[in-house]
This record gives sequence, structure tokens and C-alpha cells, in this order.
Amino acid sequence: MNNIKIIIGMMIVTFIPRYLPLLAFSRLNIPKPLKKLLRYIFPAALGALILPGAITAIPNYPAAAAAGIATAIVCSWFREEISLTVFLSVIVTLISLYLFGY
Amino acid sequence: MEEDIEEYSTERKDTLSKFREGMIASLPIFIGYIPVAVTFGLLAKSTGLTLLETFLFSALVFAGASQFMALQLIQGGAEPIQIIVATFIMNFRHFLMSSHLSAILPAKEKPWLLPFLSFGITDESFAYLSTSHASKEVDFILGLEYSAYVSWVGGTVTGYLFGNILPPILQASMGLALYTLFIALLVPEAKRSLSVAITAVIGGLTHSCLAWLKIFSPGWNIILAILIAASIGAWIIDEEEEETNE
Repeated sequence: MNNIKIIIGMMIVTFIPRYLPLLAFSRLNIPKPLKKLLRYIFPAALGALILPGAITAIPNYPAAAAAGIATAIVCSWFREEISLTVFLSVIVTLISLYLFGY
Repeated sequence: MEEDIEEYSTERKDTLSKFREGMIASLPIFIGYIPVAVTFGLLAKSTGLTLLETFLFSALVFAGASQFMALQLIQGGAEPIQIIVATFIMNFRHFLMSSHLSAILPAKEKPWLLPFLSFGITDESFAYLSTSHASKEVDFILGLEYSAYVSWVGGTVTGYLFGNILPPILQASMGLALYTLFIALLVPEAKRSLSVAITAVIGGLTHSCLAWLKIFSPGWNIILAILIAASIGAWIIDEEEEETNE
């Protein structure tokens, strides 16, 4: 029951910011300092999601995780294609895990 | 009368062909979502969610990063309200994307479609739409978004039901898929703006410190880390860059 509560709550708080500006039709006037903050929320959130989680994503095999992460960074730096990055990194992680005797 | 019918059918064809163009354009997103969605399904199962809950998560929320965060927090025993507040803060970025879209949409000719269009906004589809060559027509955008939606929801259910069939070594590797998705979203932004890169590093380090210190619960840790890093990024690091960007 708690999970359903969480899902409904998440649905509402996710949908409102998605819909409000389109509903209002005109460009909403957001104060500049707030606009600046909003611009930085996403990179801040991504940073907080990647660390420390990524290091412990594969228990007992941090080196394999590091190899996958390094692949993702290099790949997304040169080719901005999400599917390629995800697939290559998973493959590199798989090979590393195999080499480390998983 | 005949003319009317003809006009109607060409318009209809137009709608469909634009929708299809959008679907084709979203192919890289469609493919990229699959391993991540399968991982979400797998992880949701191991977190103890039911199939229905897992399906509803992807079908109703449709915001990958926050869904994974929610799983982490559920596992850590966070209160529902903490998870919802963290989700709100994290997904508030869609507000900016949606404002941007409302400014570039050619005409508001189909207002009844706008709730669907807004529901489908994701970082990936927005990143695509931000490129200059992308069509900005409503039908095209819907095709782009809902093809990704089908991949996300379908992948989630597939992962829940069949994820266990995958060899354990592949399952373990896919545990990293989510983080590589985050990296794939972050790196192109960070490459263009040093302050974005520094903000992300601050976010990661702050979260790591808070997680290590264990003063607050995991739910507040991530909220605090995001707010601290974004504030530092916006009000301390970012100085002149905003002018050149706008």
C-alpha cells in the first residue's frame, strides 16, 4: 500500500512541472536567480545519483564497475548517443567481470 | 463535401506520417532505454515490489532516474514523503524543458494533446528536440515520446518477468547500465560548460560525504546534496557564462 502511495505521489509531483508551462500557454516569467538554480539542478542530481552509487553498483567487483564507468565517460564524450554508450559500457563491464573471474 | 473528406484524410495521413517520423527518430532512445528499463524491472523485483507496482511505476511516473532513486530509498526504508519530495526536486527540471517547448511549439492547434505531450517529456527526448534540425510539430514530438514510452514500460515488465533468466554475470553488468545512462546524459552537458561539470562533481562528493556520515536518512541525503550542489553551481560558480548562453 505504501508503494502505491509513493507511485501516485511521484506521478503527481512529476506531472505538474511537466504540464504547467504548456498549460499556461505563454512563457512564464521565472526570476533569473531561480532560473539559474533550475539549470543546475539536473547536473547536481546526476552527480549525486552517480556517486557514491556507481562505485558499489557491482558488489565485490569495483574494478569492473570502474571499467564500465570509464567506458561510459569516454564514449559519451566522443559520441553523444545514449544507446551506444549504455551498450558499450555494459559489454565492457561484462568482459571485465569475466576476466576478474565472476 | 468530397473536398472536405479529401482534406480530412490528407490531414490524417499527415498526422500519421509525422507521428511515424517521430517514432523513427526516437530509435536510439528506444534501444538505449531497453537495458535500463530491464534493469529497473529486475531491481524492482529484488526490492520486493509486485508486478503491478513495477508496471505502474514506469507507466505512471515515466521518469527513469527518479524511479531508481525511489527504489534505493524504499530499500533504505525511507518515508513516502521523503521519496516524493526528492522526486519533486529532482523532476522539477522538466518545468524548464516544458517552458522551453511551450515557446518553440509552432502553434497551439491541438490543446487536448498537450497533457500527453507534457507527460512524455524526458531528458532524452528533450535533448533530441533541442537540436536545431528536429521537427517541432506536435505529432512528431508525440511519436518521439511515446515510442520511448513503449520501450520503457515494455522493458520494465520484461525485466521483472524474465530478468532472472539472464545469466548472473549479465545481470551484474546491467546493474551498471543505469549509471552509464546518467553519465551519457551528464557528459555532453559537462563538456560544454565547466560550471556544470563542477556542479555535478560537487553533487557526487556531497552525496558521498552525507552517505558516509549517516547524519540524515538516505532520503534527505540526496535532497540536500542536490540542493547544495545546485546552489553552489548557480550562485557561486556560474558568473558570466549565463550571458554567453542566452
